[in-house]
Amino acid sequence: MKVSEQWLREWVSPQLSTQGLADQITMAGLEVDAVEPVAASFSDVVVAQVTDKVQHPDADKLNVCQVDDGSGEPVQVVCGAPNVAVGQRIPFARVGAVLPGDFKIKKAKLRGVESRGMICSASELGLEEGTSEGILVLPEDAPVGTALREYLALDDHTIEVDLTPNRGDCLSVQGLAREVGVLNRLGLTEPTIDPVAARHDETFPVRVEDAQRCPRYIGRLIKGVDISRPTPMWMIERLRRSGVRAIDPAVDVTNYVMLELGQPLHAFDRANLEGAVVVRLARQGEELVLLDGQTVSLDPSTLIIADDKGPLALAGVMGGEHSGVGAETRDIFLEGAFFTPLAVAGQARSYGLHTDASHRFERGVDPELTRRAVERATALLVEICGGEPGPLNEQADDAHLPGQRDVTLRAERLAKALSKRLDDAEVSEILERLGMAVDAHDRGWTVKVPSWRFDITIEEDLIEEVARIHGYNRLPVRRPAVRLGLKADHEAQSPLGRLRRQMTARGYQEAITYSFVAPELQRTLLPEAVSPVLANPISADLSVMRASLFPGLVRALEHNLNRQQTRVRLFESGLVFRGELDDLEQVPMLGAVVCGSRLPEGWTGGRDKVDFFDLKGDLESLLEVSGDADAWRFEPGEHPSLHPGQCARILHRGEEAGWIGTLHPAVKGKLGLKTDAVLFEVRLDALSQGRIPAFAPLSRYPEVRRDLAFVIDEDQPVQALLDRVRAEAGEWLTDLALFDVYQGKGVAEGRKSVALGLTWQHPSRTLNDEEINQLVDAIVATARQGVNAELRA
Amino acid sequence: MDHLPDLVQQARDAIQSAEGMAGLDDIRVRYLGKKGELTALLKGLGKLPPEERPAAGERINQAKQELAKELEARRDTLAKAELDARLAAERLDVTLPGRGQPAGGLHPVTRTLERIEGLFKRIGYDVAVGPELEDDHHNFEALNIPAHHPARGMADTFYFDATRLLRTHTSPVQVRTMKAEEPPIRIVCPGRVYRSDSDLTHTPMFHQVEGLLIEEDVSFADLKGTIEDFLQAFFERDDLSVRFRPSYFPFTEPSAEVDIACVMCAGEGCRVCSHTGWLEVMGCGMVHPEVFRHGGIDPERYTGFAFGMGAERLAMLRYGVNDLRLFFENDLRFLRQFH
Repeated sequence: MKVSEQWLREWVSPQLSTQGLADQITMAGLEVDAVEPVAASFSDVVVAQVTDKVQHPDADKLNVCQVDDGSGEPVQVVCGAPNVAVGQRIPFARVGAVLPGDFKIKKAKLRGVESRGMICSASELGLEEGTSEGILVLPEDAPVGTALREYLALDDHTIEVDLTPNRGDCLSVQGLAREVGVLNRLGLTEPTIDPVAARHDETFPVRVEDAQRCPRYIGRLIKGVDISRPTPMWMIERLRRSGVRAIDPAVDVTNYVMLELGQPLHAFDRANLEGAVVVRLARQGEELVLLDGQTVSLDPSTLIIADDKGPLALAGVMGGEHSGVGAETRDIFLEGAFFTPLAVAGQARSYGLHTDASHRFERGVDPELTRRAVERATALLVEICGGEPGPLNEQADDAHLPGQRDVTLRAERLAKALSKRLDDAEVSEILERLGMAVDAHDRGWTVKVPSWRFDITIEEDLIEEVARIHGYNRLPVRRPAVRLGLKADHEAQSPLGRLRRQMTARGYQEAITYSFVAPELQRTLLPEAVSPVLANPISADLSVMRASLFPGLVRALEHNLNRQQTRVRLFESGLVFRGELDDLEQVPMLGAVVCGSRLPEGWTGGRDKVDFFDLKGDLESLLEVSGDADAWRFEPGEHPSLHPGQCARILHRGEEAGWIGTLHPAVKGKLGLKTDAVLFEVRLDALSQGRIPAFAPLSRYPEVRRDLAFVIDEDQPVQALLDRVRAEAGEWLTDLALFDVYQGKGVAEGRKSVALGLTWQHPSRTLNDEEINQLVDAIVATARQGVNAELRA
Repeated sequence: MDHLPDLVQQARDAIQSAEGMAGLDDIRVRYLGKKGELTALLKGLGKLPPEERPAAGERINQAKQELAKELEARRDTLAKAELDARLAAERLDVTLPGRGQPAGGLHPVTRTLERIEGLFKRIGYDVAVGPELEDDHHNFEALNIPAHHPARGMADTFYFDATRLLRTHTSPVQVRTMKAEEPPIRIVCPGRVYRSDSDLTHTPMFHQVEGLLIEEDVSFADLKGTIEDFLQAFFERDDLSVRFRPSYFPFTEPSAEVDIACVMCAGEGCRVCSHTGWLEVMGCGMVHPEVFRHGGIDPERYTGFAFGMGAERLAMLRYGVNDLRLFFENDLRFLRQFH
């Protein structure tokens, strides 16, 4: 809501500076977004009259004009505007004037003819954006010689208030003035609005078929108007200062009254109405061409204004093109109505519209305002365009009009809510200032809510009003007193914070990527993935929910590679979205990506590229931190994003919990990546399941170690060998280390040698060679049988 | 026997000129060993007349002891020289950088969220989280924002279908917690939220922390105290001015926007605070009775307050970041600044 300070001060003018007023409004909960001068600064521009005009002898498009600027002497100016004419009152910048943009007016010669000043256009004076067509023509009664700033009252500010949706009552000068009056304990100076006497007795029939949605409808026929007359300058200026463009007197007056009082109005051309005006729901299949030229198919939930032929307007939203007022209009049918908030709510939006009218009706327009607004508009219209008003035709249904609401505020409740007992008289006074009829009683106050306050229905609304007007910052401050009770803390759970810190300790930088990704990227990485698709994405690139952390990590990797960052280590945690909407899993995951050299560029080596085992090592460290590394297994697997020979399915207690692998070369190619990257992602729920440590006594007896080198098939996963060895090694095995993997001379083609170091220790005695030998024999036997392993000679 | 002094002198010379431990040991063997020359002299005592033997023996033993002492001294000298040489050879340039993986770091938003959570956990709040793909009921209806309510226009919502959406705030976690738990409730809910808005100062995803406290006697004064303490603690400024401006949120009443004196210009007025001296940092209010009802809590018995803030906004103010979009580009040159 934008309003001219001068206009507001006509209603109520507290002893405050412009900024002081803006601050006061802001601190009352009506946030002032901007305070701006209504016109850029300029000086020495006066109202003048063009007294003579002749064609410039040497330029077709220039005129040599004589101007009376009130100084007594005619002034000669060369003017290039096509619309300049003798007799016009115009804004005239004298020699020495400074126009917006520090443009100084000097004596000049234009093609040999002297010019002493400039006739200005609206844009040259900063009164219009862009470039105006021709000079600004002032009304005929503009007093010659008067400074233009004074004449147009340009020493004014536009105050822009960003109103919250509950304060629809402040969407007018009247509404804001009420609020300023309340804050400053000042009464309002309202414009005089008397009923306009009917000059004929003709009415146009109105039939309200849906009184629930439109409990009040007022129509008036104004005959014989002349729309071609100009809207007065003062009205154009006030509209402009509220950000509304002047169009014609009919539209301007309805807009003006809406801004002044808060009641949207609509003017129809009587000549285009057939039979009767009907307020009803639209019917299936009906269409309407709106004022803005677009054709909409009406939904049966939409309240419309129609006549016997069909739809005329979207009630409370926008008029139709056909029935609108134009230059030819002679008779106007003026509409003022109360459409209930629920009747208009969501309607504008459903047609992709948002209008000043719908904005107000959705929030609630004072149902007691309709008649005054229609009278006000009639008077203004007749004043400008002439014409003869008829009687009001009011259709009202009291049963559906918002009734008088009584709300009670308990003194006890108020004191408890604010931790302060306000003076009873102050509370009464605040409520009264807000326009409420107050009944103070021993329990508190019962008030009658004014018709314009749609937001006050319950006790809390009154508590807020009292607190707001009293001043939030004058209310006490204290700290909550709470009962201290301990809550369970699950030691076996590893908090995400600990896992994140382990990643940073291993050299990873945390990334946060969008939860929605580009569908092509997700398809490239996970062709089979199903995840929800946004109905209204911000762009195609961010339109599908990620089914994995891989797309975001890969995109972040790309971003850095494109910026000469060759060594990238990133991790992210967050939800991934799997499945159709009705069968959706939102799974918290932790994932990482690495590429580039193992260590940053340095003097100690580490220039090798990272590979699968670097990332796996980092992941294993994470599993160890979480506390239950034994619950995890890696098995060869296939994943569409990952290299088939360098990819593992990650199992937690036998359940799939994630994937790790090198980015598939084909995928890498499709993405246009130049380097190899290794990625993993794991379910956070599994990752955070650790265990509580259980102590085992330390043995005082010596360890026994045996090294065994097994030769197994090259494609035989080592895990199977390790499992068999561990299974046969008995309960006293304390460590099983894999210290070498070898292929080449001495090992048969297609086979590999795996060297294991086994350590045993008995808790209460020294182990003897014989029992260890027996264990080793059993191990060798089972390894031979199970995984075709030979002991290397 | 007469050549003993010569022999001793000879041995002394040898000891002094010995280079290295091995040479020194050879000298020891040659003179003092079992077959050494002085040992031979002792063995030859028998050839002397008995009355001369004690004195001669005494002289030889004395000579042996002296030589042993000199050997020992020489050994120490040589050992020290050897150690010195080794130490000199092993000298490192300790100013060279160390080896290994340098530490990474948390994202500044995580850092900020953890800091906020930490402040509240310390005074007894729990951290609660919830789904990001939400339904209309939890994101709107239960928070007193019915269909077509103008407040729905306050947040441009990402929808999947008529009822499912990406949460526009972390407030749905409030509702879920109220339904699941009995008061007293003290929670903070950090997490990602989504609004279909993207320009210089908006990203379609950002992070919020919302707080909720429900007890039998909680007032607006408690809310003011909590918020003031929090902001002063977060910015580590005991004298930070905090002001409460009436505002409107459908799920709280009374509601307030919270401003702090601009932390960039100390309230003098600068570009960051649009020359007002104040920065809007969060919203808050007393839980609306309608929200209590949706959460199954009796609004006559319990009262509560809720507050919400944007993590990116606080991170920007705290660390002086001037472009919101940097948070989601994941540029390493940006991320590394927050170690």
